[in-house]
Amino acid sequence: MSILLPQPVGIPAPRPSLHSEAYWDGCRRHQLLYQRCAECGYRGIGAFTVCAQCHATSPVWEASTGTGSLYSWTVVWRPPDPSFRVPYAPAVVRLDEGVWMMSAVIGCAPEALHDGLRLAVEFHPANGEITLPYFAPTRDGAAQ
Amino acid sequence: MAIAGVHNTEQARALPDHDSTSIALVGALGALADAGVTPHEVDGVVGTDCAQIALELGLGPCARRPTSLGIPALLDAASLIITGQCNVVLVAAGGAGIHVDRASTAPWTRPANELVVGYGLFTAAEFALMARRHMLTYGTTPEQLATVAATIRTNGHMNPDAVYHGRGPFTPEDILASRMIAEPFHLLDCATTSEGGCAVVLVTSERAGDCRAPLWILGGASDSFGPAYTVAPVWDFQPRTDSPPAGLVGARAADMAFAMAGLRPADVDVAELYDPFSFEIIRQLEAFGFCEPGEGGPFVEDGNIAPGGVLPVTTDGGTMSFSHPGINAQQLQRVIRAAQQLRGSCVTNQVDGAEVALCSNGGAGALFCDVLMLGRERP
Repeated sequence: MSILLPQPVGIPAPRPSLHSEAYWDGCRRHQLLYQRCAECGYRGIGAFTVCAQCHATSPVWEASTGTGSLYSWTVVWRPPDPSFRVPYAPAVVRLDEGVWMMSAVIGCAPEALHDGLRLAVEFHPANGEITLPYFAPTRDGAAQ
Repeated sequence: MAIAGVHNTEQARALPDHDSTSIALVGALGALADAGVTPHEVDGVVGTDCAQIALELGLGPCARRPTSLGIPALLDAASLIITGQCNVVLVAAGGAGIHVDRASTAPWTRPANELVVGYGLFTAAEFALMARRHMLTYGTTPEQLATVAATIRTNGHMNPDAVYHGRGPFTPEDILASRMIAEPFHLLDCATTSEGGCAVVLVTSERAGDCRAPLWILGGASDSFGPAYTVAPVWDFQPRTDSPPAGLVGARAADMAFAMAGLRPADVDVAELYDPFSFEIIRQLEAFGFCEPGEGGPFVEDGNIAPGGVLPVTTDGGTMSFSHPGINAQQLQRVIRAAQQLRGSCVTNQVDGAEVALCSNGGAGALFCDVLMLGRERP
């Protein structure tokens, strides 16, 4: 039984953009950040500069507890690029703050993945500059 | 306005004598010949290569719309005619010489966005994340997914024009026995890649009177929730509390198309659904109202989408077997097959007496979905 691992250094790595720098800076110091509208509190999806609810232009970065639940996943055996090590498990994680995020699950066998699996963030380098947030099952691992 | 001509060029794993524009031009000349329209009658070109096509066909001055994808391109062409800007519009698309690095998946399947690229996302994985959620919610099974793939691949097996002609027939067991790509998708649950071109010619109703077999656009619309392959593909994502979930992308477009046509799902004789992955067909059947939410799996398992079924689907073999030449041509090819069905000109899997066809583009994994309805009778 294979255990899902973080990808090796050398995969196609993210290139930070103007409005995501704070996010990647947070990852570098092992802190997971998410965006929240300072006016209405809306927590969006992806990186944004305008709130999709009240259209205020003042999103702020907040620190996440780094815990959440597994919402959906796949186990990839044929990667888009040969530098990825298979199998790996891209996953949608629902953070406890109510934010959807794209990540990958590590630290367990693919067979252990299930709906609602409790997860906690872990950081691993993608290259010299970029640190990627992954998620691993928490010690109790039970669905909540 | 009417569709006056359609054409698919030769489709193949590789067309080494062509690039995307040159094969689109072959498609364009074929569609114009099919329509009985001389090239110099064209006063509008739609598609990513529109400017080069206008230049090479000597059409200037003419309208151009660099719209990508099939149905949106067709709807833009229709609006050029409805608003009186054009009388004859050419929609042409091609894909060749793009997928050359065979160690990687096709370039249009690999997202570069910073929030997804590091997790090895590509189209199969993105669509798998939507499929998984449906399986968790409704109990949809890998066997039901495999039934879709076996049906469409067998349609392509029979079609002499398909790139993968003669490779079947396929059973669901064959699909499940192929190697795993991105769970729950096996290799044969996924689209192929290939090269080819195609085109559609739209004309005013007046000009259509001189064409041999015009077909009529009954309705069409598009849904999008955002850019494809940038944010997590989340079935339950709602941008507003009053919006439907992203997993139902295309439902609003289908409702609009049916309302424009004054028809219901039961009136559709054949559905040329876009088939990037097996699950997407199950999802579209539900989103478009052909069955209830969660009933798509049992619907396909009961044989309803097979030739001779209640709703034959993707009768030429689709992207899984007919052809999958880049992001533009493959989507327009759903419209072309729908037109061929209504003309009664399909060599294989002709639906007898087909009067109304629905075709689609996109899918939930890409957060967009387009719907177009064609009819044999002028509305």
